[in-house]
Amino acid sequence: MTDNSLNELAAHQRAQTPRPKMTARGVSVFYGQKQAIKNVSIDVDMDNVTAFIGPSGCGKSTFLRTLNRMNDTIGNARVDGEIRLDGENIYAPEMDVVQLRARVGMVFQKPNPFPKSIYENVAYGPRIHGLAGGKAELDGIVEKSLRRAGLWEEVKDRLSDSGTALSGGQQQRLCIARAIAVDPEVILMDEPASALDPIATAKIEELIHELRGRYAIVIVTHNMQQAARVSQRTAFFHLGELIEYGVTSELFTNPRQERTKDYITGRYG
Amino acid sequence: MSDIPQVELMRMPADAAPRRPTDWKTESMQRRIRRRYAAERRFRLLGLAAVLLSAAFLAFLLIAMLAQGWRGFTRTEIRIEVDFPAMALPLTPAALRGGDADRLLAAAGLEEATIIAAERTLGPGGDRLLSEAAWLTMREAIRDDPSILGRRAVLWLPAADPIDVAAKHAGDPRSEAAYARLRDAGLVRTGFNSTFLRDADATDPAMVGIWGALKGSLLTMLVTLALAFPIGVLSAIYLEEYAPRNRWTDLIEVSINNLAAVPSIIFGLLGLAIFLNTWNLPRSAPLVGGLTLALMTMPVIVIAGRNAIKSVPPSIRDAALGIGASRIQVVFHHVLPLALPGILTGTIIGMARALGETAPLLMIGMRAFIASPPGGLTDPATVLPVQIFLWSDEVGRGFVEKTSAAILVLLAFLLAMNAIAIYLRNRFEQRW
Repeated sequence: MTDNSLNELAAHQRAQTPRPKMTARGVSVFYGQKQAIKNVSIDVDMDNVTAFIGPSGCGKSTFLRTLNRMNDTIGNARVDGEIRLDGENIYAPEMDVVQLRARVGMVFQKPNPFPKSIYENVAYGPRIHGLAGGKAELDGIVEKSLRRAGLWEEVKDRLSDSGTALSGGQQQRLCIARAIAVDPEVILMDEPASALDPIATAKIEELIHELRGRYAIVIVTHNMQQAARVSQRTAFFHLGELIEYGVTSELFTNPRQERTKDYITGRYG
Repeated sequence: MSDIPQVELMRMPADAAPRRPTDWKTESMQRRIRRRYAAERRFRLLGLAAVLLSAAFLAFLLIAMLAQGWRGFTRTEIRIEVDFPAMALPLTPAALRGGDADRLLAAAGLEEATIIAAERTLGPGGDRLLSEAAWLTMREAIRDDPSILGRRAVLWLPAADPIDVAAKHAGDPRSEAAYARLRDAGLVRTGFNSTFLRDADATDPAMVGIWGALKGSLLTMLVTLALAFPIGVLSAIYLEEYAPRNRWTDLIEVSINNLAAVPSIIFGLLGLAIFLNTWNLPRSAPLVGGLTLALMTMPVIVIAGRNAIKSVPPSIRDAALGIGASRIQVVFHHVLPLALPGILTGTIIGMARALGETAPLLMIGMRAFIASPPGGLTDPATVLPVQIFLWSDEVGRGFVEKTSAAILVLLAFLLAMNAIAIYLRNRFEQRW
């Protein structure tokens, strides 16, 4: 056997034998009377990138936002069921939302850097959580985060420029650096490349590969090729239900459900 | 089965003739284009005319005010020679240097002394050429330098109102003649009226000052700003960022919008009923004026603040929440700095309206005759617009130009206030 195939085998085994980082059991989300998510149970692995796919309005983004309680900011949203992070119920009353969101970071569809300097964008999180002892340590965190996000070489000479002056792809990598800076355990990405051109998209996908293993990553995408490229496990959502969840290569080549098959062959969506 | 639709397709063009390319050169097309260009031109000219018209109104206002008003800043004075030793006033320099100066000066009969001195210098009836309040200037001179009591001194005393008007070539023939005589004798001068910028209201237009009203306005605006700005901004933040959307918040929103449209005199009545009659706060005081105007200004700030906060993109809030910022950190680190320029614009509008407000202040007694500048928030005071209103009501010829001068001071105050706010706004915008 070659090294390559050994690696592939190892990756395959990792994908098959998950170490769950987050577990959701019987999760339903309501907006007022309308049920957006219906009884979803799913495990998010530590070592794998998990992709959520599905047609527009299927609830994949809504479900993603329940994983760090971003839905709390929507007045009439209600979440039933149980979501655990390392066994801790994140909807328990004693769970601190601020800490949870530091542990479960998020990257949004549209790059949304703060209208501040590049440095301030990355330093903001560590600063409000008191993660850095002094200026030198903070500088270190900023550099490390920007390096991990693959942005350091491009911006190291203009850290005081506004974050909004960067290109779209750079802005999105800045947002990823900002999320990394607070040292999260899970990173949620809500269609992180849908507003970017193909080259910037390729960089983001490459970055996801590099971050894998260090953080549990969940990515929502409506681009099936992207899901196939970046993820090891894929969940297919349709009309608020989780239809199928499994190893990415298997789900795309040999879907078990009729609706999954229809979707990945382009019958609808 | 497939034949039938094909037959129908074949028949279609027979109904509707084959589509010819549009001819853009026909007469009707050309006419349409000409009409469109004419409409554009007409609209642009109308817009330009509107701008020019408003600029002309503004220029007219400013020029009219400046033409009238600059004379309000000047004053005519007459040279009087006073032989203090000959007057035998019951005053000595030594006594005046003690603590009792005010009482001694009040009892010294300086009013008569001034009349005598005027008659000696200007001949019989000479005192009528001087302002009735000219003796006050003499009193100041003695207070400032008691040593003049021991010698002959030359004092420049304010001229009577008719002479002052005549000096500005707008008086009646008799005063004009009297002024001409004085001028030929070299006994008269017209100079900058420092009294106007230093003193408060008076009965004699030669002695009035705007400082009392200016200081009253300043104190009133401070109270208004100190109350309306924080309360307005906090209300706006709460309503936008924290309050749940329900019937109560809808009701509050409607009430605030209505409050912003309530005629100002109603706020005056409210101030009279609550601040004066119930809380027994002092009448005519900047404190009460400020409270009343704060009630009026707050809704404007709330509405502008809510709009400014609403226009901060939600993605910024998401970004901050997403890395674990608390609600209050989101508001104070991100939303408020971005909304501040808009909030400041609303505050400028509200404060400018409050500064020009007269009606509610009349209700709480700020129209009283106040002859000395207020020393603090609870002293009786008046404000610039009320002072203008009071002076415009006076019959004395000299008050006309004082009114214009006061309007200039009010406009300058307003411009200064706006300039500060615009400076602050730009500073906050530059940070981003």
